[in-house]
Amino acid sequence: MSRRQFALPERTSDTPLDDSGCTVLHVDMDAFYASATLLSHPDLVGTPVIIGGGGNRGVVLSATYEARRFGVTSAMPMARARRLCPQATVLPPDHRLYSRISDAVMATFASVTPFVEPLSLDEAFLDVAGAVRRLGSPATIGQLIRDTVADEQGITCSVGVAPTKFVAKLASGLAKPDGMVVVPRAEVVGFVQQLPVGALWGVGDRTEEALLRLGLRTVADIAHTPVATLKRAMGEAAGAHLHDLAWGRDPRGVEPVRRERSIGSDETFAHDVDDPAYIHRQLLKLSDRTAARVRAAGLMGRTISIKVRFSDFTTITRSKTLRDPTDVSRDIYETARGLFDALGLQRARIRLVGVRVEQLVDAGGAPIQGLLDEPDRGWREADRAVDRASARFGAGSVRPASLIDDRRTGFPRPPGDIS
Amino acid sequence: MKFRVEREVLADAVTWVARGLPARPPVPVLAGVLIEANEEGSLTLSAFDYEVSAKVTVPAEVAEPGTVLVLGRLLADISRNLPNRPIDVTTEGNKVAVTCGSSRFSLLMMPSEDYPTLPTAPEPTGTIAGDVFTQAVAQVSIAADRGDTLPILTGVRVEVDGEKMTLLATDRYRLAMRELTWNPEATDASHVALIPARTLSETAKALGAAGSIEVALGGAAGGDGLVGFEAGQRRTTTRLLDGEYPKVTSIFPTSVDTEAVVKTSELVEAVKRVSLVAERNTPVRLRFSEGQVTIEAGTGDDAQASEAVESTLTGPEVEIAFNPQFLLDGLGAVGTEFSRLSFTQPSRPAVLSGQAEIDGEADTSYRYVLMPVRFAS
Repeated sequence: MSRRQFALPERTSDTPLDDSGCTVLHVDMDAFYASATLLSHPDLVGTPVIIGGGGNRGVVLSATYEARRFGVTSAMPMARARRLCPQATVLPPDHRLYSRISDAVMATFASVTPFVEPLSLDEAFLDVAGAVRRLGSPATIGQLIRDTVADEQGITCSVGVAPTKFVAKLASGLAKPDGMVVVPRAEVVGFVQQLPVGALWGVGDRTEEALLRLGLRTVADIAHTPVATLKRAMGEAAGAHLHDLAWGRDPRGVEPVRRERSIGSDETFAHDVDDPAYIHRQLLKLSDRTAARVRAAGLMGRTISIKVRFSDFTTITRSKTLRDPTDVSRDIYETARGLFDALGLQRARIRLVGVRVEQLVDAGGAPIQGLLDEPDRGWREADRAVDRASARFGAGSVRPASLIDDRRTGFPRPPGDIS
Repeated sequence: MKFRVEREVLADAVTWVARGLPARPPVPVLAGVLIEANEEGSLTLSAFDYEVSAKVTVPAEVAEPGTVLVLGRLLADISRNLPNRPIDVTTEGNKVAVTCGSSRFSLLMMPSEDYPTLPTAPEPTGTIAGDVFTQAVAQVSIAADRGDTLPILTGVRVEVDGEKMTLLATDRYRLAMRELTWNPEATDASHVALIPARTLSETAKALGAAGSIEVALGGAAGGDGLVGFEAGQRRTTTRLLDGEYPKVTSIFPTSVDTEAVVKTSELVEAVKRVSLVAERNTPVRLRFSEGQVTIEAGTGDDAQASEAVESTLTGPEVEIAFNPQFLLDGLGAVGTEFSRLSFTQPSRPAVLSGQAEIDGEADTSYRYVLMPVRFAS
């Protein structure tokens, strides 16, 4: 979905909003990270605030609407955001606070319907078809959620109410900030077809360009192009998909459990790095983090991949498939490190590294071929113990000694460490 | 150089020495087979890739002695396909002419002066019966690692202590060990060698037909880091793997809680059938109870299969899961009518050995230790 904002299309009918059959809700927190951070900075409310990593290398995680007015958007490089809005206050993110609020919000959703499909920390699809008799019409439920979240968490959210996920998501985007948009079933086609092509789900910059080249500027243009022509121009699947969306058809249901295809994490360095020992430590940190997430999700993965981005932004990935799926931090690290060492880099300047676990399977009941020489309690059990300690004392409370923050302990930094 | 040799003789000899030649050798001459024709009426063919050397001497009518180096695989292909008549080989300038009946081949002569010197013919440390050696190598090499994680585990560890020879291999999932008796030259012979499993299997297959194989270990093999085998007119040396083999003695369970004896062929057949539904990395489950073992595979929404096989039981019932291929490898290697399986716990290694009679004694000269598959909790 494109991040760009679109104006709310005009309603095509004067009849009162009929929300029957609009059972899909898309709930999206307004400037979530910024709003949540401002809970502890009430003095900054109403001023431009940017949430993001330190230094000029980070990216904008979120910004208040006051900052967005200057053109600041999330995922924008921090340096650019500061230039666009020099008067903004920059605050570091507080991930623990975000996940706590997110958990509470998701719990609110769960009290409405079991059909909740979280998309990220701050947005989710809800299918409220089964809650209508208990709680009222979809629009009523949407308002109930907005009020509950505002009362309990002190932050606002926007809700899109529509018959399909795609339209609900568009509607919530148009409702922002702190609003709700209902798209009645009868008005879906008119609503969708007023939009520019870039608003369609799955249309990014590239596809939009291709569509504009064909002279297709609005969704209505796509809707009135023969499917065969679309398929020829955009490819078999994409063509059919665009045509369906253009007529408001979206067969995707709200899926309560989203099965991740892969779990991974990246790290962009504050400065480009060419010290392999430092990269190894970052791979260890990322492997630890990734493995903990894999375990928390009750999964195991068989393919480990690494991503390396060099100072000139060329990016490579390498992967290795193991014999058996694993969720052990050490296995993941050793594989990732092996992949990195196999690149045979000669002091190449690296901007970013990432570690990813793919081919995920459910860990529950997954067969594990044991090793003859493995101890009764090994790394797997150590990982479990670390997970329990992290759950009680916070993430990172137990970690490899090489990852202990030298700034706090006063240990001298190893040579070449320029973090 | 000029000689005449029987087609069968040349084809066998070239095929054997050329079998291990690298397809893309680091140095071009290593793709060659060195042919030396001696006045006494013999022909020596040799090949060497710095890891493995092979040498064979065969009879021939030598008219003019000499030495040439020609492409080994090409000569092997040619000699196998020639009609069954005597083959004449002569040098003509920088070409080697191979004539057989009305067929005529002209091969480029490679510079034999660049060819590396083969390890010297080893003095035997002892001899071993060909059939025993072939069986022992086959039994053990199945457990050697084929991956690249730990190169040392791709080898078969051969330990000699007087008349006792022990072959052992493991890929950390299973371990196979065979003890046998051989005839050392010295009764106090003591050696340890780590031989690449693939090369050892090939050597055993090539030499096993002979009644007796001479084995050269340690200094006798022409320098440390080599092992030599010789049978009949065939000699081969192999470079040993270098490194410390992991300690494995602690892997053998010290106690037994449950023992079961089954007819080997019946269990093999049943496991093969049932494992058809075992998807990749999923195990077969064996439940040993009084009088029978039930073999099952597949769970939940997947296809499922089960079969029961007659079995004796000593001790408490046990249910244990194995990688089907690993189990079949072991059952295929015991080589006896019955197999004895010993267990402690379903999460601990099981031991497989053979026995001739259902109520007889276990033959512990071969032991196959297999780590079970457990399920993540």
